[in-house]
Amino acid sequence: MMTDKELEKITFEEALLQLENIVRELEAGRIKLDDAVSAYEKAVKLKAFCDDKLKSAQLKIEKIEVSPQGEIKTTDFVAE
Amino acid sequence: MTDETAQLKEFTVSEISFEIKRFVETTFNRVRVKGEIFGGKVADSGHYYLSLKDDNATLSAVCWKGTMNRLPFKPEDGMEVIVSGKITTFAGKSSYQIIIESMEIAGTGALLKLLEERKQKFMAEGLFDQRHKKSVPFLPEKIGVITSASGAVIRDIIHRVRDRFPSHILLWPTPVQGEGSAEKIAAAIEGFNALPKSHKPDVLIVARGGGSLEDLWAFNEEIVIRAVFASQIPIISAVGHETDTMLIDYVSDLRAPTPTGAAEFAVPVKNELALQISNLENRLKNASHRFFMEKKNYLEALSRGIPNLSQILFEANQKLDDRIERLKVSFKNYLNQKQNLILQTKLSPYYISNIFEKKKENLSNLVIRLENVSIDSVLNRGFAWVKTKNNKTIYNAEAAQKNQFLEIKFIDGEVKTKVVSKKDEAQGDLFNF
Repeated sequence: MMTDKELEKITFEEALLQLENIVRELEAGRIKLDDAVSAYEKAVKLKAFCDDKLKSAQLKIEKIEVSPQGEIKTTDFVAE
Repeated sequence: MTDETAQLKEFTVSEISFEIKRFVETTFNRVRVKGEIFGGKVADSGHYYLSLKDDNATLSAVCWKGTMNRLPFKPEDGMEVIVSGKITTFAGKSSYQIIIESMEIAGTGALLKLLEERKQKFMAEGLFDQRHKKSVPFLPEKIGVITSASGAVIRDIIHRVRDRFPSHILLWPTPVQGEGSAEKIAAAIEGFNALPKSHKPDVLIVARGGGSLEDLWAFNEEIVIRAVFASQIPIISAVGHETDTMLIDYVSDLRAPTPTGAAEFAVPVKNELALQISNLENRLKNASHRFFMEKKNYLEALSRGIPNLSQILFEANQKLDDRIERLKVSFKNYLNQKQNLILQTKLSPYYISNIFEKKKENLSNLVIRLENVSIDSVLNRGFAWVKTKNNKTIYNAEAAQKNQFLEIKFIDGEVKTKVVSKKDEAQGDLFNF
């Protein structure tokens, strides 16, 4: 069973891939009944994770400024 | 000396040198000269001394340190260049030279030749090897962009990222051509790599719009190539138009044809992903439903093989009822049988009366025998029973002598007697009636 902690570390791409794999396994019926339940639960979590990633997508543009002392700071950037 | 020569104006060396200097420097105040660099050398002062040559002539040249730093490329021996500047003379040595104010590489052919030479050099070093290529993340959290803060390039990138998958863009503004641009681009690449993990982009885009080969030259400079090679962050290069391939495109992890193309490589399309996810969700639902249905059907198919419980019970019940019924009947029959047997069995009193008679006979026999042995029968035979008045039996004479009175019982009654004396042996007279 996938823990929430494991989900934190996973990338979107991995989550999508895992989700797809589970769906394929279920479609092919290659999975044991006992595992199918936990696989399904995992798939639901992965799907929610992917949804969250998509929902939280937000455009943010910052510009990096390097001071003469070499300090780096960021400011919001608006394209002309 | 002829008249003609006598009439010529006479100069001192200094005078003529000055005249030449004045003439040359006003006439050739600003010229463009094309030639091949040779004998180039940067002095400790930072000034660059070189010569330009073609097939028949050479021209001394100097490029002051300040100008040198502004050059869009690093001049090297063998480069075919066009320099702009002014001719100055040096009277002390009777020589002249060109002070270079700007330098460009002469013609695309020469530039391409140089490009090819550098390419071969970096390739030989393995900088372009496929094994060094890092994969570009599928969905970056942060996208670092190195380009000019003004102009269409950053705008195009922002728009395309926004349209596809709104993300966090970090712009590191740099000049993209001319003076020190290569150094600044390299510094930006290094700078992004040096950012703390929390701020470090997952992918970098190094981009510039279209331009001449000279305009794009910064992206062929060694300092940029080495910075891209050393970058831990994957880099997408997008310099110029699709047909322009700069050296940065060989060393970068992914080459995009245009800045917009770089944005497309950097982020997926959110709507497509949402669609993909929703498709997966549907497939998940269908597949899991089908999966469990199949298992269920299989289970049902299997369970059909097992006789059903109520049926088993019914059969058993039926058997049980049958047995009970049979038991009732047979028990009843059994009872009837036994009853009939009992009824048919005549219990005759003969045996008991017989026993009774026998016992009765025995008893009367016994009574007779008892009578025979009883005192009365003894008395009847003529004997008498001597006893004390206390009913104690007297068995001998000696005992009789001890009593004054005795009683004698006969068959028909008792008499009291008085003891007189003991009778002689011969004729005793024991009793005195």
